[in-house]
Amino acid sequence: MFEFISAHQAPFYFIVLCIFLGIEIISNVPAILHTPLMSGANAIHGVILVGAIITMQHIPSDDYVNLTLGFIAVFLGTLNISGGFFVTGRILSMFSNKKKKQQ
Amino acid sequence: MSTILEVSYFLSMISFIVGLKYLSSPQKAKLGNLLAGLGMTLAIIVTVTGSFYGKGFSLNLILLLIAVFAGTVIGKRMADKAEMTRMPQLVSYFNAMGGGCALLLGILEAQQVHGDSNRTAEVVLLTAMMIGATSFSGSIIAYLKLAGKQKDQKTLAVVVLSRIALFSLILIPVFVSYQFLSLTLMQEVCILAGIALLYGIVFVLPIGGADMPVVISLLNSLTGVATALAGIMFHNIIMISGGIFVGSAGVLLTLLMCKAMNRSLWNVLAGKFKGKKAGSGAAAEEMDIKPTSIGEMATNLAFANKIAIIPGYGLAVAQAQHLCAQLENILESKGVEVHYVIHPVAGRMPGHMNVLLAEADVHYDKLKEMEEVNDDMASYDMAIVIGANDVVNPAAEKDADSPIYGMPIIKAYEAKQVVVIKRGMSKGYAGVENSLFGEENCSLLFADAKVALNGIINELKNIA
Repeated sequence: MFEFISAHQAPFYFIVLCIFLGIEIISNVPAILHTPLMSGANAIHGVILVGAIITMQHIPSDDYVNLTLGFIAVFLGTLNISGGFFVTGRILSMFSNKKKKQQ
Repeated sequence: MSTILEVSYFLSMISFIVGLKYLSSPQKAKLGNLLAGLGMTLAIIVTVTGSFYGKGFSLNLILLLIAVFAGTVIGKRMADKAEMTRMPQLVSYFNAMGGGCALLLGILEAQQVHGDSNRTAEVVLLTAMMIGATSFSGSIIAYLKLAGKQKDQKTLAVVVLSRIALFSLILIPVFVSYQFLSLTLMQEVCILAGIALLYGIVFVLPIGGADMPVVISLLNSLTGVATALAGIMFHNIIMISGGIFVGSAGVLLTLLMCKAMNRSLWNVLAGKFKGKKAGSGAAAEEMDIKPTSIGEMATNLAFANKIAIIPGYGLAVAQAQHLCAQLENILESKGVEVHYVIHPVAGRMPGHMNVLLAEADVHYDKLKEMEEVNDDMASYDMAIVIGANDVVNPAAEKDADSPIYGMPIIKAYEAKQVVVIKRGMSKGYAGVENSLFGEENCSLLFADAKVALNGIINELKNIA
């Protein structure tokens, strides 16, 4: 456990900084933007698709069971991303299809 | 190639940070969404190219491209077709997809691990997989609950099962690590995946429908954590950073929502309201309910100067937001000032009401937050409560025995007159009687929000 951490020090610093950054960048969000923000964040964790793509690459081409699983994984990841961003876009367009002064 | 990959990942990470930052500011939110989307597209394109470049067309690549194409098209279609009232479900649904992806990745990667690998790396893999599975099944249940297809299940069996499942998820990997249990990694993955799926279900089942936004936010954050763990597994910087941003931002958002409802996260998760006392609902029979009619209400409205409309989930269910906007227009043409007062947790998600009203072309300036108007609520001639209940219940301020005591509410009772439009005497989500209904200045209009608003609009047209 501790060997693992000391062997990967830089990632651990990176992770801790990311945690604080994640909290900091959204800390001033007004209540009306909670829904689009949640939806946008939801789309961003779809970046797990990157992992699915990498996995898909090293599955042997004749391993049909795993290829199917990989296919589903990629499909789900993409659905997460595209659905997430499009929904967010749609919610936000509701706000901005009128000219208005905000706050 | 690897330089391009690294630079692109770096740019994508910046786009996520700036995107999230912009998403939390009203002027730039749209740009933020676009930026994050572009960053994501870039990350995916370079990953696909980087992984498959120079290897020719394999079955893997073809399947991959089909899956990406199908996912994009179906995602877009679902996002475009869904009604605005169904947005919270949809977020939950897409979150489930991400969780499912993490679960499958765990299963696939477990087969790549050979023999004497590092146990810590295995635990990271298992944790990512378990969190993904929990998030997947939990989000599906949350989705079903919001869609009204699944009722709350708060039996002892579910609670006990949830505890057992949680403990096994923690203990089994520990036991295997210290060789109390001898399982191959694949056996371990299958067992834990099954328990985690079950845990997701029994974790969400007892939680009340009104708390679903909190749960979705939490599950969203969990999927972020799963993504970050998977990123550690793949040594992939963009997955780690993206996952952690969502994870930490999601936790903060969850806590903000809990705060708005004045409930601790623990109480939400345990599916209970604090100190529920049997006697607190007893006032129901003693309340003197004063029903009113559409005609009477229209007359009163026509003579008012300043009106507050307090919308709640009932408005969303009845799809009455457009009628609400119509009513506003008619009243304004008669010189009445109309404000919408929105409780932070009105609807099924924070900001949900704002989106619905924005859809009906209600001007942004007319939407007031609770804190803005509570102090001069007395200046309103009439407060119209449409489909809201607990958020205007004065018991939250006055009755220390009430389960919702301490929750911030809109002080509708301070307006000169209050009319509550609701279908019957049913209780709000907190399951408590609303003492507002018994107040001197409060009358009730028993009707579906849509029918009532239609009637009032017609009456007002006649008066003119």
